[in-house]
Amino acid sequence: MSEHRFRSLAATRWRIAISLTIAMTAIYFGFILLIAYDKPLMGRLIVPGLSVGVLLGALVIVLSWVLTWIYVRWANTHYDAGLAEVRRGERDR
Amino acid sequence: MTIVQVAQAPTAAAPATRIGEPNVVAMVFFFVFIAITLAITYWAARRTRTTEEFYAAGRTITPGQNGFALAGDYMSAASFLGIAGLVSTTGFDGLIYSTGWLVGWPVVLFLIAEPLRNLGKYTFADVVATRLRQTPVRIAAAIGTLATVTFYLIAQMVGAGGLIRLMFGLSYETAIVIVGAAMLAYVLFGGMIATTWVQIVKAGLLLGGAFLLALLVLSKFGMNPIALFAAASERYGAAMLAPGKLVAAPLDAVSLGMALMFGTAGLPHILMRFYTVPDARAARTSVFYATGLIGFFYLLTFVLGFGAMVLVGPDAIKAVDKGGNMAAPLLAEALGGTPFLGFIAAVAFATILAVVAGLTLSGAAALSHDLWVNVIRHGEADSKEQLRVARGATVALGVVAVLLGILFKGQNVAYMVSLAFAIAASGNFPALVLSIFWKRCTTEGIVSSMVLGTVSTLVLIWLSPTIQVDILKHPGAWFPLKNPALVTIPLSFAVGVVVSLATRDEVALDRFAAAERRMHVGEA
Repeated sequence: MSEHRFRSLAATRWRIAISLTIAMTAIYFGFILLIAYDKPLMGRLIVPGLSVGVLLGALVIVLSWVLTWIYVRWANTHYDAGLAEVRRGERDR
Repeated sequence: MTIVQVAQAPTAAAPATRIGEPNVVAMVFFFVFIAITLAITYWAARRTRTTEEFYAAGRTITPGQNGFALAGDYMSAASFLGIAGLVSTTGFDGLIYSTGWLVGWPVVLFLIAEPLRNLGKYTFADVVATRLRQTPVRIAAAIGTLATVTFYLIAQMVGAGGLIRLMFGLSYETAIVIVGAAMLAYVLFGGMIATTWVQIVKAGLLLGGAFLLALLVLSKFGMNPIALFAAASERYGAAMLAPGKLVAAPLDAVSLGMALMFGTAGLPHILMRFYTVPDARAARTSVFYATGLIGFFYLLTFVLGFGAMVLVGPDAIKAVDKGGNMAAPLLAEALGGTPFLGFIAAVAFATILAVVAGLTLSGAAALSHDLWVNVIRHGEADSKEQLRVARGATVALGVVAVLLGILFKGQNVAYMVSLAFAIAASGNFPALVLSIFWKRCTTEGIVSSMVLGTVSTLVLIWLSPTIQVDILKHPGAWFPLKNPALVTIPLSFAVGVVVSLATRDEVALDRFAAAERRMHVGEA
């Protein structure tokens, strides 16, 4: 039972880690590719002083925070609880 | 209205600056910093008796402290002075670095921090070697570590020498020797405990100084950053808010981005910090704090860079230093006079000193823990001998750092930081990921990945326009990209996978179940 619980926990951890890594990569390289291939869009002004590029740059930083927050929140509740269960299972054997 | 006032600010090509003259305030601040950090070292030295204390601060650092220490280790003078300078002279282009240097941190959190803490002891080679044969893995990892640390060290030492000459009026060699001596004192006597607290003090000073400077800038624009950017584009053209020459070649931008993003997760002195906290949960929390602090700092660089552009002027900045590195100090002088210039100068010096200390400690750990203890002595060395070798390695590295700093005097070494990131991303990061997560990897596969990742990065940098055109002044280069990461990271992964599939490592297969359990649950 403990082994089964551990397997599903390890699989979930891996799925979440890889999804969030792909999300971060997509966000950052999306930003870089826009800089590389659509300079006019990045230079367009939303309001005087704020171009799309500057806004997206700040957004990349904010989204990095959001993704780390999502992971830490999941890990602090679900992952840690799962690990505690697995540890209990080991002791009881 | 505030913008009109700013438009009348002086922008003469040769500003009335006191940069380059001995600055009493800078000296006082700097000596206070040295005095405080040496007092910390004295306190730490009495708590540094075992290898666990020397390399990992006895695993007693709290997540909040480690968050600051990670930020301190990471925010080098290159990011503070370099990005502010780049933004102030090119506008938007500099922001590519501000974002690129942050996005590696979430990757560290998702893939590396917790497995590293649970599987290793002192170095990242501990993790890679968990299931594999010790000797070849340790040697390959030490090569990757020392290559990364050496190039990073050269960039910091040369930067320190130039910076101190410009700001304090001391000679280049004197500056290098002061940095080398202070750093040696921290690491040699205080080990990881002193190094960690030096990083914490420095991170607090750097964040506080940058925040204060940004507040002073924003106070001229009604606390509205958009008004600041508007002033910049009004005076220097809307092109300042759009991508410019830095990304003339799209693939160059992607390649640099890959080095910055995946290099962070392979920097030995950053990875070593995860061993200083009590458990994996603390490692996780500390990256969360570090990401917050570092992201906040890079958002401040937007304000500092554009602030220097508007309030000092790109021509005035380039008149003092061609590379634009004096933008932040000049801005401090324009807003707070000589005393604030002195404070920011001392902060920049402290920044370099702290980063150099962290780098030296991680290099010393590779030499003593990976090479001496695990390769030469096959893990059979008592604590006393380990400490003696670690301290010997620290002295050796300190001397090498000073010599390299003097040897590379006057050279253009700006590319060396991104080179260090490229080596970390290609030599260390793929091996870490494959050995942690991939059951079927073999000793041969991982070692080939590390060696080829490091060597191919070095060779391609040598053949790139960075060296051939910018340094050697040849008309062209054999390899088109300025940063090789776009080629070397996939190459390193591919070699690791192909060689692993072509070989068999029964021990590595057998040990996977236990290692996987330990990576999640920790030591039983």
